[in-house]
Amino acid sequence: MDFTILIQFLPLILIGLKYTILLLVLSVFFGMILAIPIGLVQVTGPKPLAWLAASFCMVIRGTPLLIQLYILYYGLGSLFPQIPWIRHSFMWPVLREGFFYATLAFTLSFAGYEGAVMKGAFASVPKGELEAARAFGMSPFTVLRRIWFPRAFRIVLPTLGGETIQQLKETPIAALVTVVELYGAAGQIFRTTYDFFPPMIMVAVIYFALTFIITRIFNYVERQVPQR
Amino acid sequence: MNWLDLLAWNPPGWGKNLFFGAISTLQISFLAYLLGLLIGLLGARGKLSGGKLTRRLLDWYTTIVRSVPELLLIVILYYTGTQGLNSLMESFGYGPVRINGFIAAVAVLGVVQGAYSTEVLRGAINAIPVGQIEAAKAYGMSPLLLLRRITLPAMLPYAIPGLSNLWLNATKDSALISVVGYLELTKITQQGAGFTKWYFTFYTAAAAIYLAISLVSLQGFGMLDRYVRRGQPKVR
Repeated sequence: MDFTILIQFLPLILIGLKYTILLLVLSVFFGMILAIPIGLVQVTGPKPLAWLAASFCMVIRGTPLLIQLYILYYGLGSLFPQIPWIRHSFMWPVLREGFFYATLAFTLSFAGYEGAVMKGAFASVPKGELEAARAFGMSPFTVLRRIWFPRAFRIVLPTLGGETIQQLKETPIAALVTVVELYGAAGQIFRTTYDFFPPMIMVAVIYFALTFIITRIFNYVERQVPQR
Repeated sequence: MNWLDLLAWNPPGWGKNLFFGAISTLQISFLAYLLGLLIGLLGARGKLSGGKLTRRLLDWYTTIVRSVPELLLIVILYYTGTQGLNSLMESFGYGPVRINGFIAAVAVLGVVQGAYSTEVLRGAINAIPVGQIEAAKAYGMSPLLLLRRITLPAMLPYAIPGLSNLWLNATKDSALISVVGYLELTKITQQGAGFTKWYFTFYTAAAAIYLAISLVSLQGFGMLDRYVRRGQPKVR
């Protein structure tokens, strides 16, 4: 095991790190935004929408992310080139890349898991607080913006760090649809050098470090939020 | 050809292949889950009542496995296992052996599951009121009898939710085994999709099978949960 061979691959490793972080940040951010309506409609109704949101969460949580990614990448990916206006649109360079499908799949996955969590959080905000807000004459949207969402978000915040780490641990799957993130970069180094352990152990250590950093960030954020 | 013909039981339909792929996925997941439980039971015991070194080693095991991505772990463990076994055979003067993909898949997934099981079971055992275990010891029960009569039944209500999650993770993580080439549901689906070019149909069919496995499992664990909680006051 000779780890010094990794030095010449530093640019590749940094690109991999960039894509891993990009994938994680984009999917957690957009997934969380999607999770808000998905969680909310399950509490407020209307019934058909609640049912739709619950089914979405169930399908996402009940099937492997790998399969979801393949459905999007191979399914959508084989459909798009057959539609001329998509092929000639300015979006085509993006729609051709595995990165787009990986981001889409990871975002939907995070939305599914977090939607179920947000449902519980929205439901557990004390009724009295919402009634008080309405009694003040707040519009439904203002209630959501000022009271309901902030309270629900504070409830999920302690679990959000763990969910983000879970999401980080899913990112290597993106390498299976040609995204050169950390694991993809390690695979490329392996195929060039025929030495398995140095690149793989290195990326394992990087994931370990990223986990640690994410824990630290969320601890910090949690301390910034006033308790009671 | 339409999608119904593609998923028909007999060739040229792929229904039979997908069915046996699903069976294979269930077998791998189930055995890996059992192996994980065994490791978890020993690991939890070690963490709770082992020596300093045992505890340190187990801490490393659970921390590393739980913070490195499953896909990476599976690939590393698979490679280490096959290489290690072959160099071992070589040192005994035998040629390289062909690794049984099934056993390798079960072993690799089981080691990953074991780390999570250790934590779930440790938490559940910790949740048992100390007095119950002390009482059993005072009766002079041997460690094995204590485990069978007191620790296991008393911890199950606390462990079932975690164990249910672990089982669902085992079935979903088994899809990652396709990366090292073993023919389970995901790999067979890939073959079918690649061969026929009906990607949507095949992957959606696979997703439906995985979903069915998850839903049936959830029902089963719900029943198990009610069974192990029998006689306990209802928690709201």
